[in-house]
Amino acid sequence: MNILAGVAELRHRDQVWSFMQEDVPVDISHQVILYVEGLNLSFDGFKALNDLNLYINDGELRCLIGANGAGKTTLMDVITGKTQCDSGSVYFGQSHNLLTRDEAQIAQLGIGRKFQKPTVFEALSVFDNLELSLKSNKSVLATLFAKLSTEQSDRILQVLETIGLKAQSAMLAGSLSHGQKQWLEIGMLLVSDPRLLLIDEPVAGMTAEEGERTAELLTSLAGERTVIVVEHDMEFVRSIARTVTVLHQGSVLAEGSMDQIQNNQAVIDVYLGEGQ
Amino acid sequence: MISLNNFLSAKSSSNSASKGAVLPFVMLLFVATLLCALGNALFEAGSLFYVSTYTITLLGKYLCYALLALAVDIIWGYCGILSLGHGAFFALGGYAMGMYLMRQIGDRGVYGNAQLPDFMVFLDWQQLPWYWQGFDQFWFALVMVALIPGLLAFVFGWLAFRSRVTGVYLSIMTQALTYALLLAFFRNEMGFGGNNGLTDFKDILGFSLQADSTRIGLLIVTAVMVAIALLASQMILKSRMGKVIIAIRDTEARARFLGYRTDKYKVWLFVYSAIIAAVAGALYVPQVGIINPGEFSPLNSIEIVVWVAIGGRGTLVGAIVGALLVNYAKTRFTAIMPEVWLFALGGLFVLVTLFLPKGLVGLVADLKLKYQRSTTDQQQGLNL
Repeated sequence: MNILAGVAELRHRDQVWSFMQEDVPVDISHQVILYVEGLNLSFDGFKALNDLNLYINDGELRCLIGANGAGKTTLMDVITGKTQCDSGSVYFGQSHNLLTRDEAQIAQLGIGRKFQKPTVFEALSVFDNLELSLKSNKSVLATLFAKLSTEQSDRILQVLETIGLKAQSAMLAGSLSHGQKQWLEIGMLLVSDPRLLLIDEPVAGMTAEEGERTAELLTSLAGERTVIVVEHDMEFVRSIARTVTVLHQGSVLAEGSMDQIQNNQAVIDVYLGEGQ
Repeated sequence: MISLNNFLSAKSSSNSASKGAVLPFVMLLFVATLLCALGNALFEAGSLFYVSTYTITLLGKYLCYALLALAVDIIWGYCGILSLGHGAFFALGGYAMGMYLMRQIGDRGVYGNAQLPDFMVFLDWQQLPWYWQGFDQFWFALVMVALIPGLLAFVFGWLAFRSRVTGVYLSIMTQALTYALLLAFFRNEMGFGGNNGLTDFKDILGFSLQADSTRIGLLIVTAVMVAIALLASQMILKSRMGKVIIAIRDTEARARFLGYRTDKYKVWLFVYSAIIAAVAGALYVPQVGIINPGEFSPLNSIEIVVWVAIGGRGTLVGAIVGALLVNYAKTRFTAIMPEVWLFALGGLFVLVTLFLPKGLVGLVADLKLKYQRSTTDQQQGLNL
């Protein structure tokens, strides 16, 4: 059946054949890199995502804010393939449907993710952590015979410099401090050269100074790459954000610049209403 | 300069535990095997240097167990997959070898039937079942030793790892797998000798299994296989693939989000491990002289895990040391106080889990590190 469908597909010369789509570049001719439309997801009746629509432009730095349970992390889970949604669509560029792919395929498309809790490979050295994150052939056989090229090790050294862990290069990642692990995880994203970065609470557990450096790094990334940041720390959001999206009960409540958001009546109602 | 020093010392401390020890260990293994072989071949009974044939066979058996422990260590210690059913792959490899040895008996069996093994004549079977065809060829048996357990591991692993079964559930499934095979092989209709299994072997490749020289040969082959498996495993685990495997053990989700198909890595590592276990089984059978369904017993598989835990999981050499030590202790203890042995083994397991999470090899590495630290401290003290 599958083969027949494949053969039949060959007749349509005007279309891109699905079996060749592996190498299709991300189509951003409309400036939008991520389309999230009509996303619904409920856990045992609780609507985690409720008809959520979100468009992210290429090269944008977007902040997602919202109270606990607003659906921020769930949204990231759906985009990266960890969780299946009930209905809706998620497209990376115009041609890549993310809902039909698993985590590994989505990662190979160039979508990197940083978890809420710093997640690094504790039993491997900092250098090895970065080596595994390199953009490379990730099949079993290829990794068995993989050799680190000079370009690759230069790239790793460059990232080590950026994240300030050069001296800790050979240390086990497990022996790093909390803040250093956060940085290592960001470094793992950088070294993989992603198109889109999803970053969940990057400054949790960091000192003010470290937070500032993180803000600098993320702002410098935008433009070349697209960055979506989920963060609770409003000070941090103000320091980096150009556009802010407020999520509330699984859908978008408001979107705009930080000033617009702060003066938005709906946002004030929801947040002040909850506070009282 | 300081950073360079940190770099070097951290590197050596993280690697010394597992990686540095393999080559010296292989050397030691070869020297010991050779000495035992010479002791048996050159000296008469009563001489100080004489090694009895019984000891040679016993050592061969221990090395087979060591190989089996290595197989479990590879997937448990490095990938976090606790298999409580590795005895199944060991026994399947053993059965494949046993079938070849059975066919080698020819008409020297009790019934003198050149076509059928004794138990088939006894069951009044008229012809050899289709799945016994080809086992009169040694090469065919060797292929089957690797192929059948490898295939089983592939199918099992593919189903389990693709469905993301992990932890206790996976362990229970592996236990069920070996138990199911135990029940199946007990049945006479299966055509593997039922309860009695396969035994009464005469020779292998034309060499009599009773001859001292054959026993020595088997011991040497086993030692060589242990060395090959050790070096191959070290190579795999040192490659980038090995790092991915450790990454999967630590946080599988993270590895997936980096773009690795973790299920595939786990399946192939599981197959590799199963084949090593099967080779161990195939070497075990000619030395012990029997293979029966008892080898599938869930208890056996659990015992392997205890060897690895005691030796030190995640250290290739540790698994081998653990298997050798525990089995030597078992031989000794069961001769003196058979009823105490199981309690002693259980107690040992509890003690090791509580106080030596890294096993004996981990303990040695820790002590070494402490010693190094104290000497460098002293040196620094002198410099000041």
